[in-house]
Amino acid sequence: MATLSVTAAPSAWAGLRNDLIAAAVIAVLGAIGWFVYPDDLAFLTRVIGLAFLVISLDLVTGYCGVATLGHAALFGVGAYAAGNFCLAGVTDPILMLLIGALAGMATGLVSGLLVTRFRGLPQLVLSIAFGQLVAALANKLSSITGGSDGLAGISASPVFGIFNFDMFGRTGYVFSVIVLLITMVVLLRFARSPFALMCRAIKDDTLRTRMIGVSVYPRLVVMYCVAGAVAGLGGALTAINTGVIGLDSVSFERSAEALIMLILGGAGNLWGALIGAILFELFHHYVSAASPFHWMILVGVLLIVVVLFFPKGLVNEVTRRIGDFRQARAAR
Amino acid sequence: MTTLLEVQHLSKSFGGLRVTDDVSFTLASGDRVALIGPNGAGKTTLVNQLSGDLAPSDGRILLAGEDVTKAPIPERVRGGLVRTFQVTRLFTSLTVAENVALAVMQRRGLTRRMFSSVLDRSDVRDEWQGVLSLLGIGHLAATPVTKLAYGQQRLLDLAIGLAMKPRVLVLDEPAAGVPHDESPRILEAIGRMSPEIAILMIEHDMDLVFKFAKRVLVLANGALIFEGTPAEVKENDAVRAAYLGNYADARRAS
Amino acid sequence: MQTILGILPDALAYGMVLFTISIGLSIMMGLMRVVNLAHGAFAMIGGYFASFALTSLGVSYPIAILIAVIGAVVISVPFEFLLYRRIYRRSDELTQILLTIGITFFIVGVANYIFGPTSKPIPLPEMLKGPFDLGFRMIPAHRLFVIGCGVVTAVALWLMIEKTEFGVRLRAAVDNGDMAEALGIRTQIVYSATFALAVGLAAFGGVVGAELLPVEPFYALRYMVTFLVVVSVGGAGSVTGAMAASLLLGLADTTGKYLAPEYGEFFFYVAVIVIVYIFPHGLFGKAH
Repeated sequence: MATLSVTAAPSAWAGLRNDLIAAAVIAVLGAIGWFVYPDDLAFLTRVIGLAFLVISLDLVTGYCGVATLGHAALFGVGAYAAGNFCLAGVTDPILMLLIGALAGMATGLVSGLLVTRFRGLPQLVLSIAFGQLVAALANKLSSITGGSDGLAGISASPVFGIFNFDMFGRTGYVFSVIVLLITMVVLLRFARSPFALMCRAIKDDTLRTRMIGVSVYPRLVVMYCVAGAVAGLGGALTAINTGVIGLDSVSFERSAEALIMLILGGAGNLWGALIGAILFELFHHYVSAASPFHWMILVGVLLIVVVLFFPKGLVNEVTRRIGDFRQARAAR
Repeated sequence: MTTLLEVQHLSKSFGGLRVTDDVSFTLASGDRVALIGPNGAGKTTLVNQLSGDLAPSDGRILLAGEDVTKAPIPERVRGGLVRTFQVTRLFTSLTVAENVALAVMQRRGLTRRMFSSVLDRSDVRDEWQGVLSLLGIGHLAATPVTKLAYGQQRLLDLAIGLAMKPRVLVLDEPAAGVPHDESPRILEAIGRMSPEIAILMIEHDMDLVFKFAKRVLVLANGALIFEGTPAEVKENDAVRAAYLGNYADARRAS
Repeated sequence: MQTILGILPDALAYGMVLFTISIGLSIMMGLMRVVNLAHGAFAMIGGYFASFALTSLGVSYPIAILIAVIGAVVISVPFEFLLYRRIYRRSDELTQILLTIGITFFIVGVANYIFGPTSKPIPLPEMLKGPFDLGFRMIPAHRLFVIGCGVVTAVALWLMIEKTEFGVRLRAAVDNGDMAEALGIRTQIVYSATFALAVGLAAFGGVVGAELLPVEPFYALRYMVTFLVVVSVGGAGSVTGAMAASLLLGLADTTGKYLAPEYGEFFFYVAVIVIVYIFPHGLFGKAH
């Protein structure tokens, strides 16, 4: 969270320390995953890909207050772009990530231009319509998406020409954790920037930001581009790791799930987005194996409970409790 | 004295109803002007047109000689025309310091920066600290807005306005909702503002008006019916009639 | 010409199904300002009741419709009482979206748990099965029936809103909830009645429209956004708007699927984007 510390002298060291803490946390989480699920790294890699989508969604929903149910389009287009370039011979994974991010950014631009023009119901409906439009196109343009069979045969070359993507997904996992680590460190810096702070102000009171001279619409569109790049990165990463892209990557269900993960973890907090994605997928992993319909009942109930009783999400709830506890102890 | 704001024949109609009726006045640097009038006189409608919230049907608004009648809100703000709100509008998920720092950074064109930290500029810090201590809320800098008392919120609202370094500051009932014994603090804060600023204050509380204003504009039924010193306003029959609700008489008497 | 004559009855019928189901949501959104993504779930519940009544109880079609409407309304009561009441007029869209997605998931899960993951047939009575001769053309009798249902619903709603005591209260509460409350109109009762009405209409539409929108386990998810989109295009709270939007979108969708089936819902959503971008509050809506 970006908070202005009033007493501490500003220093480059404070920023660097934050970066290091974030990097350490992700590295530790990555290591835990490696040791707890050594035979299921592909699952964890998929979770990381989805985490990018949820973090991206947090940038527009948590930071700017945009209600969207069409965010998967940004993720899916990034995946398809990276996949197609790979099939055309651009197999370097770093280049593929870059392509995914650029494609996601371009989709974010178009989507942002439509969606942030309004607030409330028209905003929501435009986001849905944009997402569905992309989904319908993905289905139709089977020459570049593979249609309902999916775009298969994506095979990235070794990272830096050295590390082969092995069949156990070890390289893929480490690669994904590192990309996530770098992205999180960069985005956490971004989240403390004046730009992101202004976005939070826009979410609080749009008219008032205009009254201090802010042109709101272009700013939200820029934020959508940033979010698009992050989502596209996740899409490309997923394409590299799984080798195949299905229509589900642009589906409405994917968009809705991302929103659920975000609210579960806590919107307006990048850690909340990350934790929400991990928790949801773990939950999914264990429960839906039993029965898809039990899974739906449980998610439904969980969602209702979170919305009504922990509207700020689990991560924010836990940090608040810890804060209260510390205060109580300090008072004693 | 330089003329900063010129309002010429401003009119606004909703349907057939004329809510702003041929209003003209000017504000010069250093002016302390109060805009008063009975409920429903159209004060807020007038202010909304000045700030760009509402498009006038007719007339012109000049800011430092430049026609801003059709300019969007942010452009007017950049030209130095800043307003506050009758109901407090703050960034409720941020701290007091962040609220003011954002205004400072926005004015200095720093809020497009995506990777520099909010913390790393001492010139920005000096400025928001200056504004907060001028208004006597410097000690609250790190407090979340939601934890402020209402009177403090009003002061913060003023602070955000001030941080924009306005040339013309329009205050829409700055003491509205504040407990009566606290309103002098708000007046005091306004008194400490730079003498260069032209201030137009809408206010109901006559005590406050007479303490603050060198000049008073009286609005009734959308039209300016009187302009003069506070002492003259007190004596004027048209104003009294307007407050008694007899607009027709008010018009005739003026 | 032949194509147009082929498309029109289907487009009209599809539009009328959209209208019958969406109009309840529209009134509810106009009055309670609640973005309800679970509306389709209540239509689905109606469909399940009708299917059960027709195939297992063997009752007649009209009775099955009655059972469906009453059943759906009864089931909706605890949802209204425990959940929806908390979000009327108050919460932001995000809360409303997530809460109603949660409700939808819950209903889909429970329905499938009890009735299994198979689609639910709603057999038509003999009368509606065959083709109907319009004189110049044969069309399925069911299409005519659906169109008739839509028209009757629209007229009945119009009469109710314009001519009855409930309609007066409804309009008062839509225009100014706080004022209506102050005048002694108990808005909570009006809200609850409107919610029941919306659910009943959804169930009715779900049953009579089952030929076009087949009742199956993922019905509530498949059409989760469709009805919301129709309301948004028409303008929340407007009967005329809902009718115009339903017919327009029905036409766009049906034409698209006839002429370029591989594009799926592409044309439907192109129409939505164009209309909402130009009329953000809907064709006949008011800004709040």
